Amino acid sequence: MGEAIFDEMGLNGAEVRRAYQGLREWLDETPAEVLSLRREEAETFFRRIGITFAVYGEGGDPERIIPFDIIPRILEAAEWKYISAGLVQRVRALNAFIGDVYGAQEIVRAGLVPLDQIILNETYQHQMQGVQVPAGVYTHVSGIDMVRVGPEEFYVLEDNVRTPSGVSYMLENREITMRLFPELFSRHNVAPVDHYCDDLLVTLSSVRPRNCDDDPTVALLTPGIYNSAYYEHSFLADQMGVELVEGPDLYVKDDIVYMRTTEGPKRVDVIYRRVDDDYLDPLAFRPDSMLGAAGLMNAYREGNVTLANAVGAGIADDKSTYTYVPAMIEFYLGEKPILRNVPTYRCSEPDDYAYVIERLDELVVKQVHGSGGYGMLVGPKATRAELAVFTQLLKASPEKYIAQPTLALSTCPTFVNEGVAPRHVDLRPFVLAGTEIRVVPGGLTRVALREGSLVVNSSQGGGTKDTWVLRE
Amino acid sequence: MLSRTADSLYWIARYMERAENLARILRVTDRLSLMPQGGESGGSEWHSTVVVSDCEEGFYRKYNDATPEHVISYLAFDPDNPSSIRRCIEAARHNARAVRTALTTEQWESLNATWLELALIQENRMRGSGLHRFLDWVRDRSLLFHGGTVATMLRRDSYHFMQLGTFMERGDNTARILDVKYHVLLPEHAEVGGGIDYYQWASILRAVSGYRSYHVLYKEGIRPWLIAEFLIMREQMPRSLISSTARIKDCLDNLGEEYGQRHECHRLAGQYYSQLRFGKVGDVFHQGLHEFLTRYIEQNNQLGVEISRSYLM
Repeated sequence: MGEAIFDEMGLNGAEVRRAYQGLREWLDETPAEVLSLRREEAETFFRRIGITFAVYGEGGDPERIIPFDIIPRILEAAEWKYISAGLVQRVRALNAFIGDVYGAQEIVRAGLVPLDQIILNETYQHQMQGVQVPAGVYTHVSGIDMVRVGPEEFYVLEDNVRTPSGVSYMLENREITMRLFPELFSRHNVAPVDHYCDDLLVTLSSVRPRNCDDDPTVALLTPGIYNSAYYEHSFLADQMGVELVEGPDLYVKDDIVYMRTTEGPKRVDVIYRRVDDDYLDPLAFRPDSMLGAAGLMNAYREGNVTLANAVGAGIADDKSTYTYVPAMIEFYLGEKPILRNVPTYRCSEPDDYAYVIERLDELVVKQVHGSGGYGMLVGPKATRAELAVFTQLLKASPEKYIAQPTLALSTCPTFVNEGVAPRHVDLRPFVLAGTEIRVVPGGLTRVALREGSLVVNSSQGGGTKDTWVLRE
Repeated sequence: MLSRTADSLYWIARYMERAENLARILRVTDRLSLMPQGGESGGSEWHSTVVVSDCEEGFYRKYNDATPEHVISYLAFDPDNPSSIRRCIEAARHNARAVRTALTTEQWESLNATWLELALIQENRMRGSGLHRFLDWVRDRSLLFHGGTVATMLRRDSYHFMQLGTFMERGDNTARILDVKYHVLLPEHAEVGGGIDYYQWASILRAVSGYRSYHVLYKEGIRPWLIAEFLIMREQMPRSLISSTARIKDCLDNLGEEYGQRHECHRLAGQYYSQLRFGKVGDVFHQGLHEFLTRYIEQNNQLGVEISRSYLM
């Protein structure tokens, strides 16, 4: 983890990296006023289409747009080849782990993962024990959060195998870049991403229940229009040409799931659910949930409906499980991990805890179960008061936290108020797993728009960029 | 398609049609109040507007008298009035957001832009030409949406549900406008066929964009029974009761054919259409216009219930 910050284009007289040469020339010949104008066009476009997300608990505009940075991020073919091989490997291992957790638990018997790590975990779903899922697939859609710190150095920061979101931004960002900058786009040989939704539908159809016909009915289950990712849910359903259903649209009779239609009940075979486990079925999980359907779990366990991602998949993307992923890759696949993990301290372990509590001001501290950048401490940027708060939190329940060194995230040229300037970025590529594993060349690049900031989450003022993967 | 989706489509169309009708009514009321005769009827235009829009109860809970300011505020902008133009547009857009995959891009963008522009409109500018600009804007946005629907939507169930909503709402609105003229607007001691009466009937025609069309079809000038015939039984008039009922029947027939199944709502629509198609306007007056319209509104509601039962839940 080098001290110097790596800029993906090349800064301050440094040589412009190959992938960025076309972009650099274009930036040099394009006046700032034109960029400004294009940025306004982009914002109008997002508003008009209604690509919005909700930020919880802050009041204000309930439908915000995520700021879109008009300058694309560019990855070379060779870089992508390496990343995607690593992603496929990682998802295969995560999927094998979940199958093992809800099966024979061989990894526990091998002494690589402690039993408590599994059965005491809040994301562990005992109802899944012994359940057979079609094609043995649990992680149908994964979003793997990565950061880069050097030309050859990529780290996985976090795995998301429950209901990862953001893919609609990957697709819409590409749409808008092609619309705003056709001349720049045509100067590059950019691998397309717009087949993602076709791949998603093929993936979902490939894991249909064994007792359904060849043309399964797929539906996308959304918590509804107040969900922060609702736009994405409707976008994906639309692109796939499947129904976007809410809990009350579904009912279960004799362990078969139906949706209420204008032509009467229609059987549903595969549900791409964007509702968390706890809300899926009031009979099996939270009894107060209106977001799912009563009896859904029974239908699922009977193999009459496929849920994607599988119930209980969260056991693999918990931040404390993360530290075991390299071991999983070796254990299940017999391979060396291609993508590296960030060194992580588990505060539940006394030695790690002692190390962390002494160095809070150097580390990033995260909640094991948190997401979206909430409840997180960036030590080097924190005030004394914030450090004091986290010291107390850690003392009270160390098992709820992990800590990592502060990474010098790479930067990319970004159009901000001061002009074109480097800003820190991360990357979330999406991996689809059915009977085959597919990775669309690209992903969601999130960018911290404030100078020096390392927090890229949209809920914390981050923006997004179009992500180009160049073809050879 | 999902019953919930059909329900939302149906209500998007109803809310937009309702917003447009409210704008039409407010415009005519404002026009009437500017006429010298307006003084003689004691400003009852604004009260009648409250009655037309079926808001009497809520309005008088909030206000003691129907001043122009109160009525415009309540009917156009009041978030507490579930039928205000603002609430109609918000409800239409809310429903659209929930089912946007069932809408065409043109429909969604038109509704979303309407909703975004609505947020920029300032209520305190609603005097004089400001009000007229606003009402024109509402009418135009509704017509744009309706045009977008007709021009871009695939002719399948989703389209039929939207059209169903439009014509269910339109029939109801036309009946209400006509009914209020008969019962409320006419001052008790005023002479039938007198100056006030003439302007009031003319205003009814304007509210339904029928003033010029009426004169094309009828050469006798403003005659109440002819206006009633025009707005009840003339199928050429696109806002007449028979027009709405005929379109409702068409939509239901299309759905019945597409799904291969007919329901009670089909029978009712056929029955109501026949009543209008083969009835005589003399019988309407014999029965009493108000009674006739009350029955029409009730039947329309009953039809709505049956449509819901068959498709929307």
